Amino acid sequence: MPINIKFSEKIFDNRRRNESEFAEIALEMRRDVIKSLYLAKSGHSGGSLGTADIFSVLFFGGIMRYRSNEPDWNGRDRFVLSAGHIAPILYSALARAGYFPTSELATLRKFNSRLQGHPGIDHHLPGIETSSGSLGQGISIAVGMALSDKYLDKNERRVFALTGDGEIQEGICWEAAMCAGHYKLDNLCWIVDNNDCQIDGRVRDVMSIYPLAEKFRAFNFEVIEIDGHNYNQLIAAFEKFIELHNNKNSKPFAIIANTYMGKGVSFMNDNYKWHGNPPNEEQAIKALTELGENVELI
Amino acid sequence: MKKYEIKGHKPTRHGFGEALVVLGERNENVVVLGADITGSVLTSFFQERFPDRFFSIGIAEQNATAIAAGLALSGKIPFFASYSAFAAFRNADMLRISIAYNNVNVKIGGGHSGITVGPDGATHQSLEEISFVRALPNMTVVVPADYEEAKKATIAIGEMVGPAFIRFGRSPVPMFTDTETPFSLGKANVLTEGNDVAIIACGIMVWQALLAAEELHKKKGIKARVINCHTIKPIDVQTIVDAAFECGAIVTAEEHQVHGGLGGAVAEVITKNYPVPIEFVGMCDVFGGSGEPDELLEKFGLSWREIYAAALLAIDRRDTNSKSYFKVKDVAHYKE
Repeated sequence: MPINIKFSEKIFDNRRRNESEFAEIALEMRRDVIKSLYLAKSGHSGGSLGTADIFSVLFFGGIMRYRSNEPDWNGRDRFVLSAGHIAPILYSALARAGYFPTSELATLRKFNSRLQGHPGIDHHLPGIETSSGSLGQGISIAVGMALSDKYLDKNERRVFALTGDGEIQEGICWEAAMCAGHYKLDNLCWIVDNNDCQIDGRVRDVMSIYPLAEKFRAFNFEVIEIDGHNYNQLIAAFEKFIELHNNKNSKPFAIIANTYMGKGVSFMNDNYKWHGNPPNEEQAIKALTELGENVELI
Repeated sequence: MKKYEIKGHKPTRHGFGEALVVLGERNENVVVLGADITGSVLTSFFQERFPDRFFSIGIAEQNATAIAAGLALSGKIPFFASYSAFAAFRNADMLRISIAYNNVNVKIGGGHSGITVGPDGATHQSLEEISFVRALPNMTVVVPADYEEAKKATIAIGEMVGPAFIRFGRSPVPMFTDTETPFSLGKANVLTEGNDVAIIACGIMVWQALLAAEELHKKKGIKARVINCHTIKPIDVQTIVDAAFECGAIVTAEEHQVHGGLGGAVAEVITKNYPVPIEFVGMCDVFGGSGEPDELLEKFGLSWREIYAAALLAIDRRDTNSKSYFKVKDVAHYKE
């Protein structure tokens, strides 16, 4: 029997919060991810779940400046999801921030939906800054945005970008890193979702990118390595970035967020086989139950 | 028949480089990205005039292309130029997703195109990029014929909204247009009147087409309609269909593979609207090599002679209703 999928209408504002509030938002977004992927019947569960805590803090912790009722506000900070395949978590965050109705999360990957399989700005979903999905391009685009903000418009805006860890096997990422260091882009915050998982297996087995922090330091980044599920550490990392940017420290900032792919759902946790798969009915019931949802069947 | 005169020789890259400065003066949002060879593709002119709006990205064309998208998403009008070999192929995925799919206001300059790069050899002689860039949705593609036209074309793409690619070359080429010659994106220029055969050319082959037309007239009394098809995309369908209808035979000429470039674009228009015999002059599915531009043009059959021979063949096919056709590598050879 199919699941009766309903998306709550809860939206959250963007302010300082305590850990239990971040956890509540992350839980809501993890449920969104499972529901939308179950309905879509395809898509990337693992990274979307694994980054829910990062999104919770970034979008709802008073870190990023944005106005969901005025998506083009020119004072906004920009977020670039370079790892475009984990779009479900970005869509959830945008909906929960009030960019569009949460009910639209049910249209993920569907014909004519604004919620494309990978973000596409040609579909005009509010809050999407660029198309992404061909790995590595998003981080270069973010560098271009940061260059524009710092050197041409000379404003105080910031650019946040998230890449996967497998993603940075793409050479362009290191071209982007070199450029960010060279141009001292202290308005750029590069978050690496470091879960050591990619489609074919462990990142360290497929093609090791480690050591990671040393690589970014060698490219003249300020680097901080944190537990990507620990809200206090996430807040501290983002606040450090903001403080350094305010002090014009002249270095781009990298957050290596150690995460577990599939975090929050026991049978997906730290399992690379969940990189690119959606839950089936049975798995969705199990996952949603674990995430505290009262599952109703039709 | 209208005569055109050479008013000197200059590389098309000079037109590109000088136009960037003009654009920079007109619009402060124009910015330029360099990938080390700025003195070759002459983005150096802009860099000297507007150092604060020039970003050196190093030898990293993939990055430069995606960065250009980021700048455009911030309201800027970025030009990124390198050799076509690197500004259309090394960064192909970035052109496709970051530029074309994003439909951002980025302009790509593909310099040192074709075999007239000369001594650098096949690795640096880009002969396939028109085929690729014109296949990208949203992309405008321009191949100017001489220095003045390169200048006008660069200004035109800089003042339109949307992604565009302009192709130019290294070596000095005849200047036969001037500041008065009309230029409008998407509107091919009919250079000579004639109803016997149409020669549709772009880039440096436009001048060769004019030479071929002169010889055809002198030797055979044939009146050729020479069309400068500087905009490959959006292509001027009306002018091409008129030529097919009124001349009944077509030759295309380009410093590019015969597959998928101007010839391919013209063939698409003709086969759909008004099929007539068509012959293609260009690189016949081979790579170039080292040598002086003139030596290479002769070796690879990119001169008025091949256009002349192709015109006779196209006319013959039309008049005899011949079903015989040449294989790709068979080039119609010029005979005195």
